[in-house]
Amino acid sequence: MRSVDLIIIGGGPAGLAAAISAYESGCRDLLILEREETLGGILKQCIHNGFGLHTFHEELTGPEYAQRYIDKVLQYQIPYQCDTMVIEVTPDRRVTAVSRANGLQQFQAKAVILAMGCRERPRGALAIPGWRCSGIYTAGTAQRFVNLEGILPGKRVVILGSGDIGLIMARRMTFVGAKVLACVELMPYSSGLKRNIVQCLDDYNIPLLFNHTVVDIKGRERLEGVTVAEVDPKTHRPIAGTERDYDCDTLLLSVGLIPENELSRMAGVRLSPATKGAVVDENLETSVPGVFSCGNVLHVHDLVDYVSEEAGQAGKNAAAFLRGEQKETGRTIPVVDGFGVSGAVPQKIHVGGADEAVNVMFRPRGVYRNAKIVVSAGDRELYSRKARILTPGEMVNLKLRPEQLRRIGEAAELAVKVEAS
Amino acid sequence: MKKEITCIGCPMGCRISAVLDENGKIVSLEGYTCNVGKKYAQEEFTVPKRMVTALVRVHGQNRPLSVKTAKPIEKSRIFDCLKQLESCTVILPVHAGDVVVPHVCGTDVDIVATREMY
Repeated sequence: MRSVDLIIIGGGPAGLAAAISAYESGCRDLLILEREETLGGILKQCIHNGFGLHTFHEELTGPEYAQRYIDKVLQYQIPYQCDTMVIEVTPDRRVTAVSRANGLQQFQAKAVILAMGCRERPRGALAIPGWRCSGIYTAGTAQRFVNLEGILPGKRVVILGSGDIGLIMARRMTFVGAKVLACVELMPYSSGLKRNIVQCLDDYNIPLLFNHTVVDIKGRERLEGVTVAEVDPKTHRPIAGTERDYDCDTLLLSVGLIPENELSRMAGVRLSPATKGAVVDENLETSVPGVFSCGNVLHVHDLVDYVSEEAGQAGKNAAAFLRGEQKETGRTIPVVDGFGVSGAVPQKIHVGGADEAVNVMFRPRGVYRNAKIVVSAGDRELYSRKARILTPGEMVNLKLRPEQLRRIGEAAELAVKVEAS
Repeated sequence: MKKEITCIGCPMGCRISAVLDENGKIVSLEGYTCNVGKKYAQEEFTVPKRMVTALVRVHGQNRPLSVKTAKPIEKSRIFDCLKQLESCTVILPVHAGDVVVPHVCGTDVDIVATREMY
């Protein structure tokens, strides 16, 4: 068994940024394990632009954004092993991996950063009736076929769900010569960014149907069509008589992302039902000492810039842990989701001794106009900010400064909530 | 002529409408609720532009090369641009930033590679 100070599982945007930051914080014995052939993760297939506006103040395509980090990894000569699948992580941080080149490998790590990213919700999670014919893909799978493999998945397309990947694929399929008939969304709002709705659907006159869903799938070998119906906005049940048939050979699903936490579970990491990622403290350390989590495996982000920032924190904190410098003074209190708040991260923070700002992220539960975001400890309001609009499609990112954190005092918990007017 | 667009400045997504004269000049603008929206609408109603990202064939390979316009092009030229790229094949190696097609569709915009391919 090989001994390594820090193992980073995943070579996508989170893993790359974590590794770079750990290196810059002094860690020299580290290793990135990546299951694909090359570094870069999902950014490799996101050939559209719009990445990096926060980090680099310019709009890059996915491959260009990834390359900036890959170049740094190469420059620092940070070791990485691609084509390597981690199959087990134990609570005492033993990491088992398999690869064609090296067979079975075991590592004993002093610290581990979980950066495995997320997966798309598949058709099986939706319970749509119909045959299991070909022609039904998650949007990301179709994106990979088109952008990386050079394969066109179909010519007449319906998209179920209006997540960002689905919207981006509506435009991509149009660009490569397919006809996108409609984008169908169960909710009365889109979970995608406004900019994507305008530039991927409106620009090409692709209708976006809110409060609609796919209720039937036709075709036995290959998809021949789908039936779309309006739903009751309260019960989400299809309304009889509103069914409409679409002739299509392709159905793309863009119905949500799930953090990929199988390895975290094996390692004994406690998971949050709200985020489906690890429960972490302000250092992004999980319930297992020395195991950190960041990026989309921790909670699903909408901007890669925030993934890189968060992963940078995880890398820095892992390096501090390795030096034995992690300051875990005082008691921990939970961060709880109040009205309108879903999946606040971190879920707990250490009180006292905090001399660094703490980033809190969450997703609004609904659409709120002229709202206020409030963080309070007991009856003390520590932080508040007005927002013209909050939507589930845009994650809220707020910074609690040390002087705000000191006012927690003896409070038993920190509550994050939305005050809607 | 009256036209309507959705602002992309923030999640508000304000509907902004404009009255344009026969030369396409904005006569009046309404519906925006901030300066970002006003500026966006002025551009969008006069000369809407988009960055275009696309794929081109690679000689001797099934895998395509991802490319982009070096700067935004007029929205009305997007499909002309894609059409020209359809008949284009690149020969490896290619580096990110290499010009694949200069002056696409007779514009002053180049098409550049966005990744390395060997």
